[in-house]
Amino acid sequence: MSGALEEALIGNLGGDDLPLLQQLKEEAKSEFIRKGLPKFREEEYKFTPIAKTLEKNFSFQSINKVQQVDADTLESVKIDPAAKITLFFINGVFSKEHSTIKDVEGLIIKDMKSASVENKDQVLAHFGKLNDEDSFTALNTALTQDGSYIEVEKNASIDIPVYIYHINTATEVEAYSFPRNLFIGNKSSKVTVIEKTVTLGGNNAFINSLNEIFVRENAHFNHIRIQNDTENAYEVTQSKVYQEDNSNYSSFTFTLSGGMIRNNLNIISNGQNCESNMYGLYLLNGKTHADNHTSVDHKQPNSYSNELYKGILDGKSRGVFNGKIYVRQEAQKTNAFQSNNNILLADSATLNTKPQLEIWADDVKCSHGCTSGQLDEEAIFYLQARGISKEKAMGMLLYAFANDVVEKLPVEAVKNYLDEIVSQRLNS
Amino acid sequence: MLKIQNLQARIEEKEILNGINLEVKPGEVHAIMGPNGSGKSTLASVLAGREDYEVTGGSITFKGEDLLELAPEERAREGVFLAFQYPVEIPGVTTTNFLKTAVNQVREHNGLPKLDAVSFLKEMKSKMKLVEIDQSLLSRSLNEGFSGGEKKRNEIFQMAMLEPKLAILDETDSGLDIDALKIVANGVNKLKSEDNATIVVTHYQRLLDYIVPDFVHVLYKGKIVKSGGKELALELEEKGYDWIKEAVDTAEAV
Repeated sequence: MSGALEEALIGNLGGDDLPLLQQLKEEAKSEFIRKGLPKFREEEYKFTPIAKTLEKNFSFQSINKVQQVDADTLESVKIDPAAKITLFFINGVFSKEHSTIKDVEGLIIKDMKSASVENKDQVLAHFGKLNDEDSFTALNTALTQDGSYIEVEKNASIDIPVYIYHINTATEVEAYSFPRNLFIGNKSSKVTVIEKTVTLGGNNAFINSLNEIFVRENAHFNHIRIQNDTENAYEVTQSKVYQEDNSNYSSFTFTLSGGMIRNNLNIISNGQNCESNMYGLYLLNGKTHADNHTSVDHKQPNSYSNELYKGILDGKSRGVFNGKIYVRQEAQKTNAFQSNNNILLADSATLNTKPQLEIWADDVKCSHGCTSGQLDEEAIFYLQARGISKEKAMGMLLYAFANDVVEKLPVEAVKNYLDEIVSQRLNS
Repeated sequence: MLKIQNLQARIEEKEILNGINLEVKPGEVHAIMGPNGSGKSTLASVLAGREDYEVTGGSITFKGEDLLELAPEERAREGVFLAFQYPVEIPGVTTTNFLKTAVNQVREHNGLPKLDAVSFLKEMKSKMKLVEIDQSLLSRSLNEGFSGGEKKRNEIFQMAMLEPKLAILDETDSGLDIDALKIVANGVNKLKSEDNATIVVTHYQRLLDYIVPDFVHVLYKGKIVKSGGKELALELEEKGYDWIKEAVDTAEAV
């Protein structure tokens, strides 16, 4: 069921830059028009009124084609200026001019437009294979113009992290991005990908990104997402992950600021001895709304998943966490752990958290827990009694709480970058 | 150094301290004893500035200043130290980091330059010997997973680092075996000087064999009902608290 908003999106923003995928895109357009955006109070978007928010803030009249961005500005948003591989997408389209891609053996990096011509078979074999029922999956498929294609060849262990920046130029008019990324980690390969979204200018920006991530046998894939955007940035991200035997996938999601943010992380653990880690930290204030929905679907025996999401909420912010764990009947000896811990610093901040476990196998170890509360008064007093000011004491305790997630990051440069932001934000 | 006059305090609606008078001079060791629930720990908490307690009357002056006007951290910076009965476990904050912050905030307050990493470590090493505490313990999260004895030793270690003017040991001996007790007492004794004072709050006389008090006060129903020298502690050990309770209760009944 759709209305004017959906018609505007599909009618005005549809590009035709990926001829290889034209049929899929046409189908997705019809699908999106049929379904429409998630409706008010729809179960999966119960606390995140995304359709209403988009309607209020966007006109979706025409594609923002700005590609000119000042190089110094782009330099300033980099996490690691010395990084050897840095990809820039401007309003969802690859910018060759601003990107740096060091040639590394075993690592194929291309924009999706080129990959859909040069790596046609691989793209066709993977693109859309992890699509699901979510409206935003159809929307991204329908409207994507570009994205990154990253493939790591068999046995290639890549130590150089890949940075991807999604830039929205909302300087003159509203901006949109629909990046579509395909990441393939072949057998026994290893790589780390970092994504960061950046909105420039004071108009509104909407980013609807989708990652399809294939982690083949014995491969390692680390995926870091940093959302430290302006309050006029509205973002719906999706990561759909498929894991095979002995593979390891770790996701790190940092949501530090923005307007309304929804992250969907869906992992299909379809192999034995898989390890899936989901880490998240959200530090919210102002009116930021951040919603993390995760799911891990254990389909085979002897696998392990571990989830830790932590949040600190201040001001009038709202945090939403929903964590689903499915353990299928065949998936005996699954170990699945989940926890979501929150500190609310203001009465005006809101949190909705919901663990959801569905277990069909009988020989499994699963645990989940969520907490929300204030800082421990006794701990604050203990620090004060040693001469530390109350403000500093609170900062130290909050930092310790948040650092639990930051310290798990596998890339030193990203860890330092976040550590600085987090300590500054938390007054520690 | 410390002068408590007619101190009254309550928690929620319950009156706990009903007029405490106590004077502590530099170089002195005072023991506060008394049966459970007599107000010993409340007195220690009020001195350190715990907000749960409301002071409803009386005064406390410390080095001539109104102590009750000061926030807990200001009291600490002025030289009041409370060794907690139940040291708090703080995940994610190492003892080393925490103490570095504390020491430097205290130094800043006293117009001293911050200690750099090297001097701080040197200072730490010398104080570690005093309480026989191991480096590995200090690199861990503050008190997290520490045994009872390790927590109490860590309290005395912090005291050694902060060099307070007035140390208040709140039931530091409870739950300690004799060896741990000796280590803790030894640490406290080495830190004693002409310029600082110690208040030992305890239920048992045992600790006072090792930290010898100049004065012993018995607290009962929120008041000091008897004061004496160290021999009073021995008398209490022998006879218990009942004779004091009876005397007070009889006097009240009249």
